[in-house]
Amino acid sequence: MTDTVSAAQANPDASQPFAELGLKPDEYERIREILGRRPTSSELAMYSVMWSEHCSYKSSKVHLRQFGEKAPKTDALLVGIGENAGVVDIGDGWAVTFKVESHNHPSYVEPYQGAATGVGGIVRDIISMGARPLAVMDPLRFGPLDAPDTRRVLPGIVSGIGGYGNCLGLPNIGGEVVFDATYLGNPLVNALCVGSMRHEDIHLASAKGIGNLVVLYGARTGGDGIGGVSVLASETFDADGPAKRPSVQVGDPFMEKLLIEATLEVLHAGLVEGIQDLGGAGISCATSELASNGDGGMNVWLDRVLLRDQTLSPEEILMSESQERMCAIVTPAKLDEFMALIKKWDVEAVVIGEVNASGRLTVDWHGEQIVDVPPRSVAHDGPVYERPYHRPSWQDSLQADTPDSLPRPTDGEQLRATLINLIGAPNLASKAWITDQYDRYVLGNTVLAQPEDAGMIRVDETTGRGVAISTDCNGRYAKLDPYNGAKLALAESYRNVSVAGAKPLAVTNCLNFGSPEDPEVMWQFSEACRGLADGCLELGVPVTGGNVSFYNQTGDTAILPTPVVGVLAVIDNVDKRTPMAWSAPGQIVYLLGDTRDEFAGSEWAHHVHGHLGGLPPVVDLQRERVLSEVLVAASLSGTIAAAHDISDGGIAITLTEMAMKSGIGVKASVPAGFDPFVFCFAESTGRAIAVVTAAHESVFIASCSTAGLPVTRLGETGGDAVEIVGQFSASITELRRSHEATIPAIFAN
Amino acid sequence: MSARIGVVTFPGTLDDRDAARAVRIAGGEPVELWHGDDDIKGVDAVILPGGFSYGDYLRCGAISRFAPVMNSIIDGAKGGLPVLGICNGFQILVESHLLPGALMRNESRHFICRDQKLRIENADSMWTRDYFKNQEIVVPLKNGEGNYFADPATLDMLEGEGRVVARYLDVNPNGSARDIAGIRNERGNVVGLMPHPEHAVESLTGPTTEGLPFFTSVLTSLVSA
Repeated sequence: MTDTVSAAQANPDASQPFAELGLKPDEYERIREILGRRPTSSELAMYSVMWSEHCSYKSSKVHLRQFGEKAPKTDALLVGIGENAGVVDIGDGWAVTFKVESHNHPSYVEPYQGAATGVGGIVRDIISMGARPLAVMDPLRFGPLDAPDTRRVLPGIVSGIGGYGNCLGLPNIGGEVVFDATYLGNPLVNALCVGSMRHEDIHLASAKGIGNLVVLYGARTGGDGIGGVSVLASETFDADGPAKRPSVQVGDPFMEKLLIEATLEVLHAGLVEGIQDLGGAGISCATSELASNGDGGMNVWLDRVLLRDQTLSPEEILMSESQERMCAIVTPAKLDEFMALIKKWDVEAVVIGEVNASGRLTVDWHGEQIVDVPPRSVAHDGPVYERPYHRPSWQDSLQADTPDSLPRPTDGEQLRATLINLIGAPNLASKAWITDQYDRYVLGNTVLAQPEDAGMIRVDETTGRGVAISTDCNGRYAKLDPYNGAKLALAESYRNVSVAGAKPLAVTNCLNFGSPEDPEVMWQFSEACRGLADGCLELGVPVTGGNVSFYNQTGDTAILPTPVVGVLAVIDNVDKRTPMAWSAPGQIVYLLGDTRDEFAGSEWAHHVHGHLGGLPPVVDLQRERVLSEVLVAASLSGTIAAAHDISDGGIAITLTEMAMKSGIGVKASVPAGFDPFVFCFAESTGRAIAVVTAAHESVFIASCSTAGLPVTRLGETGGDAVEIVGQFSASITELRRSHEATIPAIFAN
Repeated sequence: MSARIGVVTFPGTLDDRDAARAVRIAGGEPVELWHGDDDIKGVDAVILPGGFSYGDYLRCGAISRFAPVMNSIIDGAKGGLPVLGICNGFQILVESHLLPGALMRNESRHFICRDQKLRIENADSMWTRDYFKNQEIVVPLKNGEGNYFADPATLDMLEGEGRVVARYLDVNPNGSARDIAGIRNERGNVVGLMPHPEHAVESLTGPTTEGLPFFTSVLTSLVSA
């Protein structure tokens, strides 16, 4: 029998399974206080899912506030934190929206569908801002490459991302693939989408206008993913815990493609007053957020929802996370036209509700009222926790355990062996086996894609205006020092778009951490937030939105703190972009920035010695800013032929990647006074390799000197090997063999 | 007046904008055609672009083949209308029996996206006459079901009649019989191609611009017709 509001009033003491739904006793009490009675089972379902960690950010909110409070002054931000995705002005009347989200837990349970629906969800966030999606990127983290479970999880996740994104028609232009033992039981699947629109096409999630109609359209509602978000994202995988693993949502990219086209058509026809995608918490989330952001009242006739499974209860319909659904607010006068355009795309739509002046969100089920709540209490006024945190007891000893005593290569032959070993290390090896399963060409606007430093997309075919995006995070650095680790992630991402010639504008983030109930994890989280907020302020790039994923831990072992940072940058004309690799012999190779003996958290220490300890490389954001300005100016003036970021693995890896990409070798000298090993493999930040032709050399050097950027001539391109003069030479063929063998050796049939 | 080249959009078509762009760069006028409309607006030629029409459900191209627009295109093709099917468009052409054979799941069972070297084997079709025979080109390839299959007699017939339009070089990416990347009908007005020439028409976004002659070829063919 359906539990109704009148039944709840008549029967106030009925016991309710709030704990099974993930609510704490005090949270349940608060719901009773808000309502002045016990909740109905439908209300309980709504509160439980909307107050889950995943939907309410209850543990992270107090820390995330810094992104707003410390936001740098900028005119570029058109829509900030809090909407489905932030919107940035890129000039000429164009706006760009972008966001990264996690789908970690579902992807571990069911790799293909978990990853696929991660792509689907972030794409709907972008559409619901009124933007046409332009591209996707996927930062991924896995356990050790050769671990049996990685063999189970990785191919499924890659197929899921490809299967969904390819069918949706969005180019996949970059991302990351990182292996570390801490991700074995908790792989990270983050998905980023970027979209563009004209300024006047920006739409927001609000239900305004008394009498306007609430239209649900897209796929039918089924039993998939019921409780998926709240349960899957809020509990760890405990061997003997309760069996709270409901079905992961199943994606239908074909429906999503229709949804994109249909949505953009109704938006451009001016038929929509407000719009919201359905993701986590489904109808509960969409209706309460729309009502909460609007004129405050909404009535929903839940029995009108088109169902895939007629046996679903109202509670299940409210919680269902069936994919490929959207909710629009439409005036009665425009309803027919709206419905006709949706039907043109063979998509089903139905009016499920109406905006009213009641100030309440009410839901009816076959004539009986089953929900009567203040919408803000569901959508925005959930619990907020000031979780305790403290610096881990082991942090000092971790930082004291520096890599200084690790044995280093001592001659040219050992340096050569180190390079060949490192270029084939899982984290540095070619990811082509993965990225070749993604369509990078569709839509015809992909200017740069992996393995370039940043993905770059042409937004305007007439002017060539475009955007570049990179996502980065070195979780080892963040473990050694979460505050500076977050800044380092920002610095690397900022640098990666800059080497491509684009000017950094804004930041999104996906903060992947262990359990917030562990004070040491919570300390990592608070430090990372503080570092990222400070870094963004210093670099003048605001955070426009993001996502938090907690509970990424197995037993007591948390993942490396992994604050993935995405930087969006603008380039006035994509014709001017700087590629990562040189294009001819005889080009001159320069090192920009300072190299120090910095190996803590480095790929060398990790891969060669399995060592993690010490303090991460010094972060100097002023240097990063100068480096960026020099690189962007050189791109604009055409004085630079190629540039590549120096990060994981150091200069030798950077030069090798450039040589492998171009097929042309390089001869570089170790600058006077440098230890060859430090020169080759140290991971000091704020550096890049810049390549210029003889004609532009003096102008380029002058621009570096004027900016106060250290510039060192390393050598010239040519030949078919990477040669460090006086130390060693390794042929491109040999380097490629090491680089390209690692991943296929595990996964190719 | 430039030739009007129709580009069909089915539900789930993805590369329609790219095909229209390629037509424009080649000097033609792209005309949008809608799957549910049997009016092909008097176009001079038709492109069935790539994508996942109807989500590839049932079988790639199997549902699109019954779209109202296909009635007009099939009739037109039989009367000499130039038709180019790219990737999913090729799948629709074989489902429509305008071309023989079938396209199966890639041998690797993975979707593959790569810059693919091809040899133009036949420069007599309406879509390849701006190439020269045995010209080698590189264009993107991206498919999950591009493994061309036909019985040996059909393959012999295609080879014997010079109807293999393009062949994979260096790498056979999907296991296609006899490295076949594209074929034509007897008359040479209908061509099916698994790789994507429309993604190789601008140096900015493509690995080369060597796909462009497919689109200029049909304009040449229409002028000389």
